[in-house]
Amino acid sequence: MSARDRRNPAALAQGVAAGDRLALARAMTLAENEQPGAHAMLSALFPRTGQARIIGVTGAPGTGKSTLVTALAKAYRNAGLSVGIAAVDPSSPFTGGALLGDRVRMRALSGDDGVFMRSMATRGSLGGLAKATNEIVMLLDAAGFERIIVETVGVGQAEVEIARTAHTTLVVEAPGLGDEVQAIKAGILEIADILVVNKADRPGADRTIRALELMLELGADEPRYAGHHGIIRYPAGQESPLPGHEWQVDVLKTTAVNGAGVEALCGHIEAHWAWLEESGELAVRGRQRIAYALESIIRAELNQRVAAAMPQTDVDRVIDAIYAHETDPYQAAAKLLSPENAEG
Amino acid sequence: MNQEKIRVLVAKPGLDGHDRGAKVVARTLRDAGFEVIYTGIRQTPGMIAEAALQEDVDVVGLSILSGAHMTLCPKVVELLRAQGQDDVIVLVGGIVPDEDIPRLREAGVHGIFGPGASTREIADFIEQAVAQRDGQ
Ligand SMILES: Nc1nc2c(ncn2[C@@H]2O[C@H](COP(=O)(O)OP(=O)(O)O)[C@@H](O)[C@H]2O)c(=O)[nH]1
Ligand SMILES: [Mg+2]
Repeated sequence: MSARDRRNPAALAQGVAAGDRLALARAMTLAENEQPGAHAMLSALFPRTGQARIIGVTGAPGTGKSTLVTALAKAYRNAGLSVGIAAVDPSSPFTGGALLGDRVRMRALSGDDGVFMRSMATRGSLGGLAKATNEIVMLLDAAGFERIIVETVGVGQAEVEIARTAHTTLVVEAPGLGDEVQAIKAGILEIADILVVNKADRPGADRTIRALELMLELGADEPRYAGHHGIIRYPAGQESPLPGHEWQVDVLKTTAVNGAGVEALCGHIEAHWAWLEESGELAVRGRQRIAYALESIIRAELNQRVAAAMPQTDVDRVIDAIYAHETDPYQAAAKLLSPENAEG
Repeated sequence: MNQEKIRVLVAKPGLDGHDRGAKVVARTLRDAGFEVIYTGIRQTPGMIAEAALQEDVDVVGLSILSGAHMTLCPKVVELLRAQGQDDVIVLVGGIVPDEDIPRLREAGVHGIFGPGASTREIADFIEQAVAQRDGQ
């Protein structure tokens, strides 16, 4: 790629399609930064997407997600499959900075062109994160990666939602972190297709497994995932999955550091895929993912329009007026959003 | 909304096994508002260049202790260029003897910071170098 092509959306789209890794990396930056041309680039690549299987991995910090992602990726590589990885970590709400350390666990994957790993920061806005993550996944998919693993810290609502837009969602727990309790609080158990108790080599692993199994039994009658809670809903009416075709959530144990249990986990992920196809859930989730992506794009676009419609000078003047009680915030907001204002 | 963020890879090449210094640098750069990708210890120049590519970083910061900077740093620059990342800003932090500084600069290292350098100094340097690269 010539220097000029590096920020050129059309050239980047071509590069991604041709398997150029630098183009892929720069395309990700363009999308993540919402730079001009990013949407045109993604549009051009959209026909190439929809091929990959997406696996979400979420759970509390320190449960061994990155180590497990590495072990899974290695298993896929041994099976001859290429693997894309996106790992999301929080940005500091105060400085906007972020320390993205997931690569430390992934050194075993370096030097392999069949793997592409990208670290992402949450960058504040929750909607923005959903959009950016979806776009990074789209780009890996368009570049031809056959398995895409998305690691998120399962603490915030957005991170949990992102993980559950995957085809198969793993929720990772580990003994000795008090996670059993955390998981109920955050409501992340209900998004799990497979529960993984990692660090099975540690004392207390069996107790964690039993606690999780008990919770699954207790929650067996409740609807497991309620679909996407946004403005755009899918499916609107019908029940999903169809009665009699429910997936059985199991608890598997792994020791990611030495790979024990990882083959079995891969097998279980394959079984889940087979269930997705047979039950019709694949299409349902595919459409849910589209609903989610569509909404995140629309929200981002609206945010941009709102920002463009409101020059800071206007806003400053309006704030002064409200402060002086010359007007009230409701009338002022309506006026700022009125079409005349947008055009003027 | 256009929300560009400066991304910095912090790596510790070479064989010496402790990474306290590199971690401190990574944390301070995060606190200065950068997105820092930390790769850990014992990174080969090949691993560093590969990570820099996948992460599309603006800056590669190499934390050096071992005294092997004269071989490792130019190698990283060379690999970055070979993969088309000739616009990446390369910094070296650690103990670098004065006589090596001109040679490192010649090899394409943009900034060299001794153990006494302040975070502010490094952060300002990064911001200016990125702005200059982008023609601002
Ligand atoms: N004993 C043990 N430690 C593990 C295992 N998997 C990961 N770890 C360690 O747990 C720590 C956190 O791992 P990491 O993958 O970064 O967790 P993450 O924060 O969930 O991504 C590291 O020190 C790992 O080496 C395991 O199976 N057994
Ligand atoms: Mg991690």
